[in-house]
Amino acid sequence: MVTAIERKIRVLVAKPGLDGHDRGAKVIARALRDAGMEVIYTGLHQTPEMIAEAALQEDVDAVGLSILSGAHMALFPRVLAELHKRGMDDVLVCAGGIIPPDDVEPVRQMGIKGVFGPGTPMDEVVTFIRANVRPEGHA
Amino acid sequence: MTRTPTAEPGPAPAVADLATRVLAGDRLALTRAITRVENGRREAAALLQALTPHTGHAYLLGITGPPGGGKSTLTTALVTLLRARGDTVAIIAVDPTSALSGGALLGDRIRMLEFYDDPGVFIRSMASRGVLGGLSATTGDVARVLDAFGFDWVIIETVGVGQGEVAVAGLADTTLLIEVPGLGDDVQAIKAGVLEVADILVINKADKEGATKLATTLRGMLSLAHTPGWSPPIVQTVAATGQGVPELLAAIANHRGYLEHSGARTDRTRARLRAEVLDRAQELLTARLLGLMDGDAGFTAALAQLVARERDPASVAADLVARLAP
Repeated sequence: MVTAIERKIRVLVAKPGLDGHDRGAKVIARALRDAGMEVIYTGLHQTPEMIAEAALQEDVDAVGLSILSGAHMALFPRVLAELHKRGMDDVLVCAGGIIPPDDVEPVRQMGIKGVFGPGTPMDEVVTFIRANVRPEGHA
Repeated sequence: MTRTPTAEPGPAPAVADLATRVLAGDRLALTRAITRVENGRREAAALLQALTPHTGHAYLLGITGPPGGGKSTLTTALVTLLRARGDTVAIIAVDPTSALSGGALLGDRIRMLEFYDDPGVFIRSMASRGVLGGLSATTGDVARVLDAFGFDWVIIETVGVGQGEVAVAGLADTTLLIEVPGLGDDVQAIKAGVLEVADILVINKADKEGATKLATTLRGMLSLAHTPGWSPPIVQTVAATGQGVPELLAAIANHRGYLEHSGARTDRTRARLRAEVLDRAQELLTARLLGLMDGDAGFTAALAQLVARERDPASVAADLVARLAP
């Protein structure tokens, strides 16, 4: 059996914080898988440390944060700080869920490049991730 | 943080640097080295060559069994005990790649979250990437990187297996086969395959009805086999509560002792490395054969003859192989 030597995009889909609604996260995980990506799903109630450590151990190219609780302005900077602490600044971080319009720009400013609200077509998310992950050959 | 934002800054020094950082215990370097090895890039060979002299410390434990049998839960229970005595553990969890999309949903990690803040545990999910047999093509090499990093144990958890997925036994020092009550009858147990390669049989979910009957059946099966030197013990566990897990750990220690005292570990290592070389050689040959076939005028002509039924595939294959000689 020969395996094709090709780039596989690896994505961590995580739910930070306390809300217990993971349908959106699961739909995204499934869509990314169907787009040929390798998706690691870690389930509900993840702390920023857990998310960053999983991102490191799995060496993902992108992290997708799904949040519906309204705690994004508190939790997102902590996720980014934990990633930075581990030298993972080159990871593409995206967010989805309920993020009020006024918060979208501040969230982008803090370094979360993709912000996707409810109703975003899956193709848009897939295309965005493909276009924005780090180039291959990173060390 | 030292990262190169652009691709390929000249492979050799970068690889040497990465290997040095892995050996120095840098977890970022470790995770990125694994990615390179998994993606099978050109520089992976140099990386593995640099790391291989530092391998041989880790004990490789394979865990296989049917989907839903409790592989991840049992792994978690074992890791908890191993950590309690101070051993460091890396886990490679393999899940299937979708044949349709080439993507994968890797969900084993969700059952091992409790170790997230423990630097003595490292969990890496891998997709099988089209390879049958329960592992991916590079699982052995990823285990090598984790071994070189210095983990005491590397646990390899296969995709949920049916009957023919025996690859892990060719890789691990000790292979556990998990069975659960209620999945099949005696005839299922008689079928050759994974049962033959297990060093230890684990009946998980042993609190369920049918565990005793399954144990009797498996014992009967094993008595029919003639395995010189080692007869696989049957250990009953309830992974979710930890019941029977200390006994399982003791059985693993027993097998390890047997391998070391009987010299079987050396034999296994030799057989494993021989098989790995054969695999790799086949990959190289396949790549060269494909090179001779794709866009080659001679082969295109031969293909036309095949379609016209003037020639048969075997003779064309023989011609192709004859052209391999330098």
